[in-house]
This record gives sequence, C-alpha cells and structure tokens, in this order.
Amino acid sequence: MRTTTVIIGAGHAGLAMSRCLAERSIDHVVLERGEVANSWRTERWDSLRLLTPNWQSRLPGFGYDGEDPDGFRDMPETIAFITRYAKAIRAPVETHTTVTSVKAMDEGYRVSTDRGSWETKAVVIASGACNTPSVPRVADLVPAGIDTLTPMEYRNPEQLAEGGVLIVGASATGSQIADEVHRSGRPVTLSVGEHVRVPRVYRGRDIEWWMDRCGVLDERYDEVDNLDRVRSLPSLQLAGSEDRHTVDLNSLTAIGVKLIGRLAGIQQGTAQLSGSLPNVCALADLKMNRLLDRIDEWVLENGLEGTVEPAHRFEPTRVEASPPLGVDLTSGEIRTIMWATGFRPDHSWIEVPVFDRKGRIRHDGGVVEAPGMYLMGIPFLRRRKSSLIDGAGDDARDLSAHLAGYLARNRTAAGAPREVGTGPGVSWR
Amino acid sequence: METTTTRPVDNGVNVEALLGAREALSEAPEAARFQWRTTCEWINGTHSRSTVEGFFGLGEEQRHRTAFTFDADHPEVFASEDHGATPVEMVLAGLASCLTAGIASVAQMRDIQLRSVTATLEGGMDIQGILGIDGEVRNGFDGIKVRYEIDADATPDEIRAVVAQSQKRSAVYDIVTNPTNVTVDVV
Repeated sequence: MRTTTVIIGAGHAGLAMSRCLAERSIDHVVLERGEVANSWRTERWDSLRLLTPNWQSRLPGFGYDGEDPDGFRDMPETIAFITRYAKAIRAPVETHTTVTSVKAMDEGYRVSTDRGSWETKAVVIASGACNTPSVPRVADLVPAGIDTLTPMEYRNPEQLAEGGVLIVGASATGSQIADEVHRSGRPVTLSVGEHVRVPRVYRGRDIEWWMDRCGVLDERYDEVDNLDRVRSLPSLQLAGSEDRHTVDLNSLTAIGVKLIGRLAGIQQGTAQLSGSLPNVCALADLKMNRLLDRIDEWVLENGLEGTVEPAHRFEPTRVEASPPLGVDLTSGEIRTIMWATGFRPDHSWIEVPVFDRKGRIRHDGGVVEAPGMYLMGIPFLRRRKSSLIDGAGDDARDLSAHLAGYLARNRTAAGAPREVGTGPGVSWR
Repeated sequence: METTTTRPVDNGVNVEALLGAREALSEAPEAARFQWRTTCEWINGTHSRSTVEGFFGLGEEQRHRTAFTFDADHPEVFASEDHGATPVEMVLAGLASCLTAGIASVAQMRDIQLRSVTATLEGGMDIQGILGIDGEVRNGFDGIKVRYEIDADATPDEIRAVVAQSQKRSAVYDIVTNPTNVTVDVV
C-alpha cells in the first residue's frame, strides 16, 4: 500500500496531526495497534481522571462544549472524547494494526505492520511517551514474598494484598495512587525523590488556568535554558477530582502516609534510603513558590489584583526531623512495592538510526534527524504543554507545516540530495 | 560605592569553561569517567598523613598543581596527641567545601553576586558506637546539620534555591546521604 504520510498512533496527538494534514489535503493513514485512545482504554487505573480541566482539552477543530468546563474527565469520558474527535475529523484510522518496523527506503519509508506494509514519504511517530514503565534496577533485589507491580498493571487497591504498600516515586502517578491505596486501609510508605509540587487551586483558579494564561505552558523548547532537564522533569504532583482537592506530600502525611527518602538500594532485605528528603522537598517548595510569584506578577501587571483571591503561600512540605534511612522488607510489614518511577516510550520498532546513546530519538522540536520523520506527544517536544492533550494542536500545526514544506521541496527537487529536516542535534542548551 | 548592578557578576567561577565541559562531555561520556585517589601513611598512634596528587580524568592521568597532605589524628580527650583534624571532621570539611563550591557556581550561573558565604556544620555522634559499648548505636553521625549565612545580591528565596540546587549537584552530599559499596583489600 502507498500513502504520503503514515501517522503511528491514534491518540490525541496522532489525531491532531491527522486533522492538520487533512486541512492541507495531504494523503495519510493513521495506524493504531488497538482502538482509538488505546492507552486510555487499557493502561490506566480505574479512578484516574485527567489532570487537566475539561476546557483545556482543545484539539484542532474540537473543544469542550459541555456543562462542566472546570471538571476533570474520568477514563470513560476521556476515551469517548478522543473517539468523538476521531469521528468528527473523519480520521483515516486503521485499528488493530500493529506497526512492527519502520525502515528507510531510497525515498521515504516502509512501515510494516501485522496487516501488511505501507510505503510512505513521511512518518509521524505519535505512539505515546509512556509505553513502558521505567523500573529501577534495584527491583531485582526485592526479597521474595513481596508483590511488585507497576502503575500500568494497577487498577484499584483491592487488587493489592492486605498490608503495607511501599510506593516508590511521588510524582503525579505515585502521589495519586498513594492517596487511594492508603485510604483503602493499606498503610502506605512513600519513597520521595525529586518531584514537582503545585497546588490544584490558587487564588480561586485552577493551576492549569494560571499556567495557560501566564504563558508558562506556551514556553518554547528553543527558549529554555536546559532542554534536556525540562524534558526529563517529573510530572506535576496533581490529581483530577470532583472536589478539586490538592494531593501533595502534606495532604498525604495528613492522612497517615509515611514519607521516606529516595530508594537508593536494597541490601540484605533492607531498603536503603537517601538522606536527601529535606532537600528534595525544599527544592519542590521553592520551585512552586517561583511559579506562584510569576502568577502574582502576572495578576499585578494585568491589573487583576482585587478581582481574584489574594496572594498567599502554602505551608512548606512537612518532613520529620530524622526520616528513617532504612526499611526492613523482610518483617512482613511491607507486602507490596509499586514502582511509580516513571515511564518511557517504546520506539524499538524504528529501524532507522535516529537514536542518541540513551536510546532517545534525536530531534529538533519534533523534526527528527531522518528527513520526513516527525515525533509528537513527548514532554516539552516544542512547548511546555506538549505532553498535554492541549499541546497537541500547536505542535501538530507547526509540524504539519514543516512536513508540507518537506513534501513540496522533495517534489520540486526530485533526485536532489535530501537535506530538509536535518535540524541541529538537540544539545542541552 | 556604586551599585553592583552595572558590574558583571563575578564569583570567580569560570562558567563558560564549565558549560563548555558539560557540552563536550555529553558528547564524549567516556571522558567524564574520573577516578579520585589518596594514599595514607600511618605515622604513630592515631596520627596518619594522607596525600593526594594524581587522579584520572578526561581519558588520561592528571596531577594536582602540587601534592597536598592532610594530617589526621584525634584530640587529647581521646588520649591522642592531636596532630590534626579527626577523620570525621574531615568529612564535615569535605561536605562544607563541596556545597560551598556548588553555591559559588550555581550563583554565578544565575547571575547572583556573592559577598560572603559562611557555613557552620555539626555532626552529632554517640561514641558508644565506635567504642563498642552499645552494638545498636551507629558508628557514624546520627545526623549532620549545615547552617549557611550568605550575603548576596538576591532575595532570601533565591539564595535558598541556590543552596538547594548546590545540594542536588554535590558529590559529597550524595556520598554522605546515599549508601556506597566499599571494598577493602589487603595485599
């Protein structure tokens, strides 16, 4: 089969790209291993809601028109939303089509699937940033008798054995799961490394509203000081809920969750913990306050002082004076360990030399080094919001324009050496 | 005295060189593998002398400008002759120097002029551990407290953020706060 562009993945990112290509009348197909919004259907826990409010899920040609703009979609609503989008834009999705390889040809690419192969001039990789849980190597040393699982396998607390649960990682996933597992009567110990603390609501508005308005979410990848660092920042400690409550380390210790330092090793059945807990909490508090300072400045500059609730600061993260430096994993107190230690994309099927030494795709704002290849939906791809549903639109508009230019130049300069799209290697700057 | 805003921030840190090294080493990670060394000679009693001179890094053997020696001993209350700092005080000194160097570098990077930086460190220790009186008492510190007094052209929160970032990037802070495998051989 032949087409001009193959989009791999029918989530919000791939669909946004499909819509932008359709606007430019670029022939394309969207290949999806399962159903539209597959990860949301199969890889999320039961109670999860989007961390961004309903109004914020804006996709090209599609927005929220319901009654509850400030609410947070649960998983069935999220799946329905993305499925409606696919229908509304009449995306040419081939479902249940798993890509097995992408190879370079003399011109363009061959995309092989379990249902035949496609020859295409361009490829858009929109298969997600969170395909595989990142589990630290120390997991091999967990003593027998303790169940271990990743958030991808987690559905609800009832699935876990009665007894204590050690959750490793306190970003969005770890802190939300800690909250519900502890409330289920399984005492949670939470191992905390670097994390990003934000309040759900500040000065009467959702934090996402402020970050949207102040331009934080629109900060561009070519304007930040240290791109590698912002691309690897942990997810915001946030939860979507009906009562809009904040889930942070203070809310967790208030219900009895025990905070411990970053898991540094396991020796003779004892989990060894870093003594850095006070500092990672101080870093997170200071970083949060810098965001709140920026919001306060924006309120002043825009003359909104008095129209929103007054500025205030949140209680610093409470850390006990001498947090434990070890946890005995053989005492029976801990029955389960959950690795909420992040996710990484699975690009193992891309057989084109576009990877850096850490296995990440080399790209300049989504323009992959290999001509005609594009990447979408990873943290800070082009903007701070790139990992959000709301970020897919602007990224798709930019990258579809680049893609169209690439196709046009390739057509007019047939036979000439291809040099479009070889952006500079992305360095830390 | 004119205002400092017109003068470029100078904490004596060569940021350009640091940034250059960072860029170069992310392209050539094998050159980033360093090995630090010391030798130590027993003098008498609890008195010993350590010497540092050579180290390995950037793919080859390197040397300090000169050899540096450090005498360590124990004070008279330990019935020793007090020819130098105790080894645990040297650990505190190492932590303090590492964090302070980090503060200067991070401040320079953030365009913050430092005028004075003073650290005071305290390491608590119950010596029942090292004396073998109580096997449940740890030999090492039961905690380390570091207090910084910093005079700089920055807000208190900016200064706190520099100090926090310095901890995040500090080798000795990492060594002290995280376990490290230690192998000791006798040849």
